[in-house]
Amino acid sequence: MRKPEFVYVTYIETTPEKLWEALTDADFTERYWFSARLKSDWKVGSSFEMLRGDGTVSDAGKVVEYDRPRRLAYTFVNISDKYKNDRPALATFVLEPFGKLVKLTLTHEGFAEGSKFFDGISKGWPAILSSLKSTLETGKPLEIPFEALKFED
Amino acid sequence: MDLSRFKPATVYTIYIASTPEKVWQALTTAEFSRKYFFGNPVDIELRVGGAFIVRTPDGALHISGEVFECDPPRKLTHTFNVNWPALSETLGPTLVSYEIEQAGQAVKLTMTESHDRPLDDDILSGGRQGWPAILSSLKSLLETGEPLTVQMAPPQRMLDALKRLGIGTP
Repeated sequence: MRKPEFVYVTYIETTPEKLWEALTDADFTERYWFSARLKSDWKVGSSFEMLRGDGTVSDAGKVVEYDRPRRLAYTFVNISDKYKNDRPALATFVLEPFGKLVKLTLTHEGFAEGSKFFDGISKGWPAILSSLKSTLETGKPLEIPFEALKFED
Repeated sequence: MDLSRFKPATVYTIYIASTPEKVWQALTTAEFSRKYFFGNPVDIELRVGGAFIVRTPDGALHISGEVFECDPPRKLTHTFNVNWPALSETLGPTLVSYEIEQAGQAVKLTMTESHDRPLDDDILSGGRQGWPAILSSLKSLLETGEPLTVQMAPPQRMLDALKRLGIGTP
């Protein structure tokens, strides 16, 4: 059987610099990413964390690549008990100028056998990246309730 | 045709600040499709058994199919057969299904491309290249009033794979 891998491509009317900012700045991610703030000094090998609105850590991993504004990669896994059999998986963002647009390709790979986290990210990314696109193009994030993603138990 | 024989090969989900009715209208009218679908007008008879036709901007037949599910504004399923000689005969029909769901203040649109036989990633790469561009542009059109200008290169990996199978392309 093929290893689980999630790939998502979207085209956004913006610049690579603005998209980079949107992917790495905590004040920006908080707007479109279910209130998550990303915390890292963004040095390769440094820790990477996602913080909830109340400041507690939801997900943790490490920075793997930081090549502004072209490639960003980090590992992370949700640290709740639900995902205790999972390990940090690698999310790589590739930003390519595409005429007046930017093509964003996200590849998320390296999941544990029978990963539950894979279900979570497969449902989460389309909502997060759709909201990111709306925020950059219209100034307004999407209002999607977390429950609408219908995660498996 | 037995729909249960078809297995999903490519799934693309996108959330749009819109209403299910507007998303349905965007998927089923030429007025909208011309703007987000590389200039191609869609002509669809909205009933089970109805015809689905996509023409090129100059009016030539590009894609044809038949409607199998039509539940406005929630679900639309039709075959989607590109009009290249021997394509459907060799690879079988392509089935495309759209599901439209309310998700809070947004609409969740899920496109599923299915096939009745296993196809390799080279063949599937054509759709995987096209759908994100088409549906990203549809989202922009509904949210901003303007589609994206996506200058898409030909799906070379798929075209090369078709050539190896002896399937002629224009």
